[in-house]
Amino acid sequence: MLTEEEKTEIQKEIKQYPYPAVACIDALKIIQHHRGWVSDESVRDIAQILSISNEEVDSVATFYSRIYRKPVGRNVILVCDSVSCMILGYESVYEYISKKLGICFGGTTSEGRFTLLPISCLGDCDNAPAMMINYDHFNRLTIEKIDEILERYK
Amino acid sequence: MERPLTQHIKPGSVAFNLKDYNQAGGYGSLQKALKNMTPGDVTNLVKASNLLGRGGAGFPTGVKWSLVPMDGENSQPKYLVCNADEMEPGTFKDRYLLEGNPHQLIEGMIISAYAIQAEKAYIFLRWAYKKAEAGLRTAIEEAYKAGYLGKNILGSGFNLDLYVHSSAGRYICGEETALLNSLEGKRAMPRTKPPFPAISGLFGRPTVVNNVETLSWISHIVENGADWFKGLSLTATGGTKLFGVSGKVKNPGTWELPLGISMRELLEEHAGGMAPGHKFRGALPGGASTDFLIEDHLDVKMDFSTVAAAGSRLGTGTMIVLDDKTCPVAFVHNVEKFFALESCGWCTPCREGLPWVEKMLASIEAGTGKMEYLDLLNFNAKYMGPGNTFCAHAPGAAEPLQSGLKYFYDDFVKHIIDKKCPWRQEW
Repeated sequence: MLTEEEKTEIQKEIKQYPYPAVACIDALKIIQHHRGWVSDESVRDIAQILSISNEEVDSVATFYSRIYRKPVGRNVILVCDSVSCMILGYESVYEYISKKLGICFGGTTSEGRFTLLPISCLGDCDNAPAMMINYDHFNRLTIEKIDEILERYK
Repeated sequence: MERPLTQHIKPGSVAFNLKDYNQAGGYGSLQKALKNMTPGDVTNLVKASNLLGRGGAGFPTGVKWSLVPMDGENSQPKYLVCNADEMEPGTFKDRYLLEGNPHQLIEGMIISAYAIQAEKAYIFLRWAYKKAEAGLRTAIEEAYKAGYLGKNILGSGFNLDLYVHSSAGRYICGEETALLNSLEGKRAMPRTKPPFPAISGLFGRPTVVNNVETLSWISHIVENGADWFKGLSLTATGGTKLFGVSGKVKNPGTWELPLGISMRELLEEHAGGMAPGHKFRGALPGGASTDFLIEDHLDVKMDFSTVAAAGSRLGTGTMIVLDDKTCPVAFVHNVEKFFALESCGWCTPCREGLPWVEKMLASIEAGTGKMEYLDLLNFNAKYMGPGNTFCAHAPGAAEPLQSGLKYFYDDFVKHIIDKKCPWRQEW
């Protein structure tokens, strides 16, 4: 069930548009903001409030890479694996994080603190390699910087 | 040398606020356009300047605008959309403009909306650009308070509301009709063209979609005129361009330079040449979806027609350099993997061809490739090419593939014969 806060936020988005279905991506992002991910139950709730089918909502939810249809950790690490970061050695950064946390791309640590995912070019190519944790950008990464950065996220 | 777009941007510092922007003459062009020019005058001026779109395709901006119906009872509502979904690997120029001078974009958008008489405008922003998003939202709020947005702007009777839409990922959103579907809350699948967005775009209404850098030009062209704009470049196409260089160079970065400077000048004078111990082998001159150019091409002038004549595209103007310590097969594999992942899955050459290409390249890089893969890669590059697909995604992916095979063929063959990557042992 949607909370009152979620409903209010979704209704506010709906008002901006000619018809409710346009707010689908906004609604998915609102749910994810509050719950970390989008469950089957949330898909049904969004479908109801937008007056469209569950399948339509799910087709949109599964299309976009930044909508999570599976639970993620409290913090999501997004390591850029595009070409400029490859040339500047993102692989060593990834391998260090992977070994330190004991997870590969797609994995979540057992205590639920981190999920590790690849991300396409972050537009930080002149400061490669780059990554994001949640909404924070980090660039010119070296393995020496990683421990201190990860410590900031509990 | 004039640098109109970036003159007020200081890297690392905060964005220009409204007070500073006004002091530098900001919103003067808006006053001029609304008071002294008709919408048709603005479109004709932009047409006369021959401003080519800066998002990658290089379509003439004024021509795009002139396709929008202006009269008749069915000409409203209309929309203006700014494509700020910068996601082309190796491209980081729009972020620089968005973070550094959001009012320049907003003023350009208001004048552009006036030219096509659109009363609603959207900035379709890449979700990851959080700093840009915050700066834009603040700047839009300032513009509303100052009367540059909203009802009856500066007493002209023209109304405009401007919204920021933060995306949810996927490179295909940068394709203008896919972007419109995404703005409508749908999967970002490209649409059939025609009808073009100028006739039937957002919510089936006439819509213009322009890139950040393109729209950032408008206030300057209104202020200084078409001839001034043309005089900024070293070639027939007018204006400066944001160029960028990434890879193993001494000083990677982005710079505003006249169209028509040579690749060599960009690489050596601005990017400082190759990093110590690295040799230049080639570059994608305008982002991941452009053909490789090699050492023989270093004197090619960086403008739309000259780069095309050399067998590539100016694209976004942001160059990715391949050096001798980086495996060309790994480079091409990385790029093709990106395109395979980002395909929307609608048409067969893209949905089936790209994963096939990606698997063959992975196999060659891992030392398990076969010689017949080279023909199959060329076969796929051909059938992913222009005319065989629904949109420009797969043809873009074919460019670094076909040119990579052409210029680095011996490296591909060596991987297959030696059954290993010659570069991997150094790691």
